[in-house]
Amino acid sequence: MRKDFLSVERLSQTFPDGAGGTLTVFENASFGIKKGEFVCILGHSGCGKSTIMNVLAGLAEPTSGVVKMDGMAVSGPSLDRGVVFQNYSLLPWLSALKNVTFGVKARYRDWSREKVVAHATKYLAMVGLEGDVIHRKPSQLSGGMRQRVSIARAFANQPKLLLLDEPFGALDALTRGTIQEELLKVWSQTEQTVFMITHDIDEAILLADRILLMTNGPFARVAESVEITLPRPRERTEIINHPNYYAIRNHLVQFLGKRSKELAGQRSGGESQSPETVRIDMTTTTTDPEPAPTPTLLKAVNT
Amino acid sequence: MQTMSLNMRAAILSVVLLVLFLGAWEISITRQILGEALTEYEILMGLGQQRSAIPPPSDVMIKAWEQLRDPFYDAGPNDKGIGIQLAYSISRVLSGFGLAVLVAIPLGFLIGMSPVAYKALNPFIQVLRPISPLAWMPLALFIIQDANSSAIFVIFICSVWPMLLNTAFGVAGVRADWVNVARTHELGNLRTAFTVILPAAAPTILTGMRISIGIAWLVIVAAEMLVGGTGIGYYVWNEWNNLDLTSVIFSILMIGVVGMLLDAIFASLQRAVTYAE
Ligand SMILES: Nc1ncnc2c1ncn2[C@@H]1O[C@H](COP(=O)(O)OP(=O)(O)OP(=O)(O)O)[C@@H](O)[C@H]1O
Ligand SMILES: [Mg+2]
Repeated sequence: MRKDFLSVERLSQTFPDGAGGTLTVFENASFGIKKGEFVCILGHSGCGKSTIMNVLAGLAEPTSGVVKMDGMAVSGPSLDRGVVFQNYSLLPWLSALKNVTFGVKARYRDWSREKVVAHATKYLAMVGLEGDVIHRKPSQLSGGMRQRVSIARAFANQPKLLLLDEPFGALDALTRGTIQEELLKVWSQTEQTVFMITHDIDEAILLADRILLMTNGPFARVAESVEITLPRPRERTEIINHPNYYAIRNHLVQFLGKRSKELAGQRSGGESQSPETVRIDMTTTTTDPEPAPTPTLLKAVNT
Repeated sequence: MQTMSLNMRAAILSVVLLVLFLGAWEISITRQILGEALTEYEILMGLGQQRSAIPPPSDVMIKAWEQLRDPFYDAGPNDKGIGIQLAYSISRVLSGFGLAVLVAIPLGFLIGMSPVAYKALNPFIQVLRPISPLAWMPLALFIIQDANSSAIFVIFICSVWPMLLNTAFGVAGVRADWVNVARTHELGNLRTAFTVILPAAAPTILTGMRISIGIAWLVIVAAEMLVGGTGIGYYVWNEWNNLDLTSVIFSILMIGVVGMLLDAIFASLQRAVTYAE
């Protein structure tokens, strides 16, 4: 097995539970992410997804365990790990453009002003923000526009790893759809490694190479790693016709609906808990009238 | 259109009220000068004698015209134009206030960012804050040995607290998300303070400054009555000793106008740094 770009090793997190005891959110969680991979993590509210992400971002210290990126242990936040926060976290006193240049200036300290502005403008254009809009303050933008600015800020910094915490949680379905497509477009142009939290199964299937499934907390764990065996580029309207789509979707729904509860609360017993790999591929067994994509077209994970 | 007419109506009402007030004042004074009998209440309160000396508004207006036509004349220590006196007061206020800014903002940042500093300094702040600024005057005069500097010190001490507390409060209340944005961009402490925390806390800090400048302007009048020499407070007291009530009333008005202008300046600064979330 090729070495992972990001590896999470035996990560545990406990919090005081407010009644004198401790609350173990997860214990000995281990998983890896490969370079250029788009990984989504799905799980019920409160299972510890944001907690994991804060550790990956370096914003929080885990109780025990290490996160390694490129073989180096992560400690503290870094420009190599860009974060898109759930609530956008734009600085409200700066215009959209200034919010992006804020990041670019921090990353490329020796760049001239013009270069910084040109770079920021380019990334804003990538997410569909052009013209006058980029000079508006966040409060004068719609929720979807704010999220685009936030995504542009993260991508413009060209981090090695991009962390997204439910980036589309507060958006309506239509806006969500367009921004998902923009995210895919930007990702395919930049080949960044992405780790994204979401609540939305369809969103995860559309975007991810692999979906990590978490059981309910406390003592949550990353139980499965489901490969998304759908060819890219993916179109929302087309992937639903692919034979793998519903098979994968059913598996995810089953997990979140039933098994996440059944598997909940299992102590690790000191063992490192790695997710079980699940690969669902119907194209090899069914005879589909539609031209089924050959497995070589798949963006396979274990290459 | 609707707000225009609302403003218009309010303005008309203001003018009417002013005219009514000045008219009533003018009439009551003239009638008194014409030898109106004192009421029983006035006799009891001992107001009768003095009240005949209260000038009518027309006298005050004439005085205002004379003074404002040449506000900066200087004819010896006891006869300076109102502009000069106000300039003395304003310069004292701004010196004391400026010193307070230099102390309160950095210290407020420290207290706002560090719970230890907050806990350590809190007892001192709690004891020092309720002290009337004028109570410091004797001590200041004794230590500093200079009336002007003592007045500035009193202004400093009265304007430092609102700014200190507001800065600490504003800094402590900066959203953790924004600080996290700074952290994920690897900004150092100083850069974070200037590019994230300062703009985020600026509206609260300016609220503190606005309160401070208001208090400072209230206190300078009293302080100058005590230390004497120059300034609008001294001027009021001096005119009272001269029994020139027209000048007293005129200078009271000027104190109000300058206070309003100072407040308006800080209100517009406040508006400039306020952001919508
Ligand atoms: N600072 C903290 N102190 C104590 N408990 C915490 C803290 N942060 C998180 N928790 C607890 O850890 C658990 C996981 O929280 P987390 O925010 O990671 O959930 P999540 O999976 O991101 O949920 P959601 O999908 O709703 O965002 C929750 O039970 C929460 O109460
Ligand atoms: Mg969360």
